[in-house]
Amino acid sequence: MKSPFSWAIALLTGGLVLAGYFLRKMVPVLGDVQALVLLWAVMLAAFALLIGVINLLAVHWRKVQMGNSASFYSGVLIASLLATIVVTAWDGPTGSWSLWILNNIQIPIEASLVALLAIILAYTAARMFRYRVNTMTVLFITVIVIILLGTTPLYGTSKITALKDVSSLFKQLASWITQTWATAGARGILLGVALGTIATGLRILLGADRPYGG
Amino acid sequence: MTVMNTLGDFPGLVIVIVFAGLMIIFAAAGRKHPWRNLREIHAFTRLRRAVGLAVEAGTRLHVSLGRGGIIGPENGPALAGFAMLERITRAASISDRPPVATSGDSILSILSQDTLRGTYRAMGVEHEYKTDSALLTGITPLSYAAGAMSVIRDGQVSANVLAGHFGSEVALLTDAGERAGSITIAGTDSLPGQAVLFAASHEPLIGEEVFAGGAYLSAGSLHVASLRTQDIFRWALIVVILIGAFARFVGIWK
Repeated sequence: MKSPFSWAIALLTGGLVLAGYFLRKMVPVLGDVQALVLLWAVMLAAFALLIGVINLLAVHWRKVQMGNSASFYSGVLIASLLATIVVTAWDGPTGSWSLWILNNIQIPIEASLVALLAIILAYTAARMFRYRVNTMTVLFITVIVIILLGTTPLYGTSKITALKDVSSLFKQLASWITQTWATAGARGILLGVALGTIATGLRILLGADRPYGG
Repeated sequence: MTVMNTLGDFPGLVIVIVFAGLMIIFAAAGRKHPWRNLREIHAFTRLRRAVGLAVEAGTRLHVSLGRGGIIGPENGPALAGFAMLERITRAASISDRPPVATSGDSILSILSQDTLRGTYRAMGVEHEYKTDSALLTGITPLSYAAGAMSVIRDGQVSANVLAGHFGSEVALLTDAGERAGSITIAGTDSLPGQAVLFAASHEPLIGEEVFAGGAYLSAGSLHVASLRTQDIFRWALIVVILIGAFARFVGIWK
């Protein structure tokens, strides 16, 4: 059976934050309550991070104990996590050793993933024809090509008049697509997302959705 | 403009109250047949099929809730994702491999653990819940994607449901799914994420479709009622925009 207490607490705090957002000019105390509740939420988020890290550690420790092929990577993760915690606790978050870990390990690894991402995105666009061969797919790829040709510098085109005209045409076309069609479409999507967010929030306030496990 | 400044945020509150009122009215009116007249969204039809196939084949379903913070405005799709996680867990609870949830935010991780535990408890099989069913895989966009990729690759996953806040890093997840031979059904609130998902996922959920997951997975009459209310508000917005555009065009409103 779902507990009515957790729903009542969710309704009360959610209602207060919502009322504070809309009525803080008319009833200033509601604004203060909203700020206080949000401050509590920020503090809870910090503790939640600690719990999340402990959960991560526990999951990978179990994987190490299982001793399968992936356990080596879990061992590396645990060793890296503990080493980073020790170094950062000893040296401080802005200490030279902590920054060395960030600049020489974290940032290069993430940069390599970004490079991989660029290749994956190009490959994915080509792979679309395997999933869905329809008008929208053709339109999507055509627009990508036009935007690419209109925004990236095409070396050598400035010297040949005919190519210069084509390059200029692509620039105008890309600008028209991004400023008119893409902006209109994006606003339409964002309005839909806003309505969906309102509906989701209200479902939680009304107790239809209870991600807090009540 | 002066009128709007005088009213402040009050019209917003009226909109929220009317929205909630209509949801309650539609939920009460459609209690007997809540799922009647829902238009078909192919992604959810395929998701229901994927859940059935996963149970039969003994494979796992992976629900990823993104990396949006719960305090910020980007939490909407992840909160809708919890409703999907709950329904998927119920449907796949008899499978040899129960669903796994990943997220890139600590609070989302705790809420997904709570959702899974609550669902198992409601079904009377709380002992089936395992702490490694809901994982915080990373707290930066790329570390989260890297951690979730390993779940997709090593977890014998047959279907991925990505419902949350994602940027372009979501392509790493869809690519991992493609390599693992699993299907990907995905939706997000971010525009770059949606553009990537349109190209990269097998079944993209465009715009507000990601919020409709609960209604299409039979989560309750209030879910369907919220869809009907969204439709009414969408038409109202369209009419207001058209009137505004016409008024500007003829010079009534400057």
